[in-house]
Amino acid sequence: MKSSAFQYELPEDLSSALKLLNSEDLDILPLAGGQSLMPMMNFRVAQPDILIDLNKIDSLKNIIIEGNYVRIGSMVRYYELEQSEIIQKHFPLIVHVIPYIAHSAIRNRGTLGGSVSLADPAAEMPSILIALNASIELSSLNSTRSVNAEDFFKGIFETDRKSNELVTSINIPISSTPKKFGFYEVTRRHGDYAIAGSVVTSDGGQDNFHDTRVVLFAVSTKPMRLPKSEAALNGQNFNNQDSISEAIDAVSGNSFERDLHNDEITKETLAKVSLKRAIGGLNG
Amino acid sequence: MVDTKTITVTVNGEEYTSTVNVRKNLIDYLREDLGLTGSHVGCEHGVCGACTLDMNGQTVRSCLMLAVQADGTEITTIEGLPSEGVAEELKKSFAKNNALQCGYCTPGMLSSALEYLNNGGKANKEEIRRHISGNYCRCTGYQSIVEAIYDVAENGVSK
Amino acid sequence: MTGPKFSFDKPGKYIGQPTERPDTRRLLKGRGKFVDDIQLPRMLHAAFLRSPVAHAKIKSIDTNAAEKIKGVVKILKGTDFVGVVEPYVGVLSHLAGLRSAPQMPLAVDTVRWQGEPVVMVIASSRAIAEDAASEIILDLEDLPAATNAEKALDKDEPIIHSEFDSNLAWERTVDVGNVDEVYARDDVVTVEKQFLFGRHTGVTLEARATIANYDPSENQLDIYYSGQAPHMMQFIYAKHLDMPEENVRVTAHDVGGAFGIKVHTYGDEIATAAAAKLMERPIKFLADRYESFMSDIHARDHVINGKMTVSKDGKILALEYDDLTGIGPFSMYPRTSAIEANQVLNLTGGPYTIPNYRANAKVVFQNKNMMCQYRAVGHPIAMALCDGLLEEAAAAIDMDSVELRKRNLIPDDTYPTTSTTGMKLDDLSHQKALSKLIEMMDYEKLKKENADLKKQGVYRGIGFCSMIEVTNPSPMFYGIGGAPIASQDGATIRLDAGGGIHVASSVTEQGQGTNAVLAQVAADVFGVDMDRVQVTTGDTKTTPYGGGTWASRGAGIGGEAVYLAAEALKDQVLDVAGVMLQSKPEDLNIDNGNVVDHVSKEKRMSLADLARTVYYRGNELPSDMSPELIATRHFRVTDTPFVFTNGAMAAHVELDIETGIVKILNFWAVEDCGRVINPMLVDEQIRGGVVQGIGHALYEECLYSDDGQLLNTTLADYLVPMATEMPEIHVGHIETPTKTSVLGAKGAGEAGTGGAPACIINAVNDILRPLGVTNYQIPMTPNRLLDTLRSAKI
Repeated sequence: MKSSAFQYELPEDLSSALKLLNSEDLDILPLAGGQSLMPMMNFRVAQPDILIDLNKIDSLKNIIIEGNYVRIGSMVRYYELEQSEIIQKHFPLIVHVIPYIAHSAIRNRGTLGGSVSLADPAAEMPSILIALNASIELSSLNSTRSVNAEDFFKGIFETDRKSNELVTSINIPISSTPKKFGFYEVTRRHGDYAIAGSVVTSDGGQDNFHDTRVVLFAVSTKPMRLPKSEAALNGQNFNNQDSISEAIDAVSGNSFERDLHNDEITKETLAKVSLKRAIGGLNG
Repeated sequence: MVDTKTITVTVNGEEYTSTVNVRKNLIDYLREDLGLTGSHVGCEHGVCGACTLDMNGQTVRSCLMLAVQADGTEITTIEGLPSEGVAEELKKSFAKNNALQCGYCTPGMLSSALEYLNNGGKANKEEIRRHISGNYCRCTGYQSIVEAIYDVAENGVSK
Repeated sequence: MTGPKFSFDKPGKYIGQPTERPDTRRLLKGRGKFVDDIQLPRMLHAAFLRSPVAHAKIKSIDTNAAEKIKGVVKILKGTDFVGVVEPYVGVLSHLAGLRSAPQMPLAVDTVRWQGEPVVMVIASSRAIAEDAASEIILDLEDLPAATNAEKALDKDEPIIHSEFDSNLAWERTVDVGNVDEVYARDDVVTVEKQFLFGRHTGVTLEARATIANYDPSENQLDIYYSGQAPHMMQFIYAKHLDMPEENVRVTAHDVGGAFGIKVHTYGDEIATAAAAKLMERPIKFLADRYESFMSDIHARDHVINGKMTVSKDGKILALEYDDLTGIGPFSMYPRTSAIEANQVLNLTGGPYTIPNYRANAKVVFQNKNMMCQYRAVGHPIAMALCDGLLEEAAAAIDMDSVELRKRNLIPDDTYPTTSTTGMKLDDLSHQKALSKLIEMMDYEKLKKENADLKKQGVYRGIGFCSMIEVTNPSPMFYGIGGAPIASQDGATIRLDAGGGIHVASSVTEQGQGTNAVLAQVAADVFGVDMDRVQVTTGDTKTTPYGGGTWASRGAGIGGEAVYLAAEALKDQVLDVAGVMLQSKPEDLNIDNGNVVDHVSKEKRMSLADLARTVYYRGNELPSDMSPELIATRHFRVTDTPFVFTNGAMAAHVELDIETGIVKILNFWAVEDCGRVINPMLVDEQIRGGVVQGIGHALYEECLYSDDGQLLNTTLADYLVPMATEMPEIHVGHIETPTKTSVLGAKGAGEAGTGGAPACIINAVNDILRPLGVTNYQIPMTPNRLLDTLRSAKI
């Protein structure tokens, strides 16, 4: 399983990288952490003519506070997120979820920007970012734009990123109190991609459900936000079983996507279970 | 545009400068170009953990890295593990507990185990199991490996 | 003249001890020597273009673009091997009626499974060989494929081999007693279930690997082999490449897991050797993980309808089943793909007294990957089938399944005896093993805990298996049917001038500890420290002719040959010592590297002194004496076709009824494998085997589409057991030595894999059954269990 031949570029800064990406003739792929792209290349599922290694672009590696946002550079690695004091302080949900993502060797290299660009429907981080109302910043040679996370993830391995753009940062609004959260995923083995998973966030400063976000992952072509479940919970006490039941029932009626081992009914069943357990585990 | 590149990598304390094809991955470079066959290839898609080794103080999947990406880094393979301290204690514990049978997963397993121990990993079998869950072993069923790591976590390095 | 015999009365310094394996030292230093670690001068690399479809005629193969790629040296098609490689057929005469078609290493005019090698590219690197393979244009005409075993014998199903009238490869029926008479009774209870066992595979971490090197000046073919049976491969390479057998040398150093996957004949490996011969250069072929899933043998694809009839007071009266197994388009050479089904017929019910037994097995060809022996061949199926029905029967008559076993397990004091299916059984301890198991797990306490927890909505279950396991096979297993598979093995032990010994043995090492076990036996029986023992295995040139390691025969057969050779060498030494020391050999012994007085243990002379005299100063010995300090002995089992072991195992599991996920809380295995040479190694074989069995029960399956495409070819899609989910496995030992050898050691390598699936399956059904449902579709994935639970009364 050796990758096909390609040319290799190692740009020193972002604008050099974007210049390289601007070509239309050739198949050009950016390389971030490599934990998803390298397997694809080894299987020859991805066969770029040119590989652009982003790992030298220091400007993409920072986690800083910018006004009301935390700006996470796209080349920040999972282990850095976990160890970052800023993330620990403002987004304990992220710190909670990271140990569920694969294994330490993967997290030592894998990047948030890479995961976001890949948009694997079974991945945790896209749903976490939606639950935290994050925005994805994209840059091309001549422009920069921002897309809300909910609009960014469009389908299986499909995002709003154009081929001449790079995700440059992931920006998450800071709340005065970090969000309360519940998270549950069903896996057969520790570190696997989930069969189904759920994340619930609620305003950290309120003592009932408020400004709730409910997002399912691994059960459809992209993260599935559940506005009906959110509506059922908003304003209700964290332990109100009726509203929780209503929120869980609202999982039905959505479109579920089977995978190799689990049919649509299983996906729906497990989506409900993970939502129930995510709500039950809410750190309220 | 390049399809070969000259790189300098420090492996087990020794500096190597070579020109490599850019598509060659790190584990193939170490095994074929440098003759360091102690690290093993198991899947070439980052799941089995056989190729796990230490780069700049962290475990990485060397099948998911290009050799050119290791330019300027310090790598430690099983051949370069020190003969004293935690690494030596761990190897003794592996031998005593028969925490290896065919030995193919062992280099990656040692790398992951050392990461655990060097980062303050406790003598807790569940935590140990979770940490080594990215390293596939078909022979042992894992129990002896967990025991071996547990023994070192609990007893430390003998004086 | 003979010296004193080794005595088992007192503990050996090594035999019976958890001695550390010398092999671990170099493996822990990264100095293993696996096939891919070997580089030879002018070596080339092979990659294969494999069939993308299950069944098709090859219309044309266009290699023009591929040949032009820089670094490509040669491209070979199936037709290039015609006349170079003699076709092989996987049949054995003692499996009456087994048929298969001749097979070539690469498909010649027809491809018959997705993954079958079609074109071989040889290049300066693997990467370039793969580049070239991707440029080859394969023009295929699709043929209808037979991919559903249950339809394989239907009238309108495509017949894979036109020379046969159907897709039936083999069929056999066993009929003992009269099951119909039992069914006619009105005072019996019958339980009936369908078992669906999913096809799965071995997933050795080191994938298959071969280097073939041909030297035309000597007509010598050297094979660097990652596998279990070097002498068998020596014969096969010689026969099918038309070379004298002695001109083929097969060596296996370190093997990164084998488990039976690496004891078969693979077309890509034969092609590698044939190509090396054609090109007169070394060629290396490594199966990568993707092609490993597609081409390593699969195993255990069975559909079984079974029923068991018991009396109301718990006597098993009848067992009946029909077994359908879908193999590949050919029976694998040379061990055949019928052995697994044959084992099911032979072994199901083996631990029990079952007076009436009727069973039919059909083996059918499929346009899917080849299927053959994988660790514990047939046993996982046989044990799960019988003990699954047994636990159903126990529930049906409201009896504890342990009690039902106690009433039906062959009593420990009735050996030798014969099983219902004609298996000769001796030196077994089923009742004792079950008692020990119950005690180890504190069964009554667990049952009560489970019942209490159920009231709190926690669902736990216990499942058991009493099993027999084939080990130390005689020639009756393969050789009798014409296979070039040795079931005798030999050991040569040589004393060197420095007092150390070399042991050369024809059994082999894949990590289970063969080398250590042989060294332990040699050291103890001959009388030296283990660090003065050098062991050579895995080399057809320098070891005696033998069978290798499979069917758990290494310790029992290889160990026995070492035992006998060590005793013979000791006799040689004491003969010389007797002359040199003017004592009788029977008054001397060897201990700790010295010739000693047998009774007082007083040192009389060192082995080194004796050896140097023999080798360098023969003038000091009588001229009518021709001493030698090298002894070879061979051993085979003659009393019985197989030496059976027995085990009793149990699993304690928890089922999350909302998610269908099974958590294994605990596992116990009591194993009687005769005399234990190294208890640590036996424990580790059991544990590794159990975890493989857990993989079978819960995780592992090769999934095929209806048109014969293998859907899971990565380790992300094919799930193997990893550390977090595996339980602690508690092992208990009973030692009933086998009378078939002096050492009395049986095999232990496969029992865990044979018995664990039954325990897990039974434990889950122990939870489901009171809810009004059961599941016998294996692996028991969350999807299947959730589906089952939807009809449950919770």
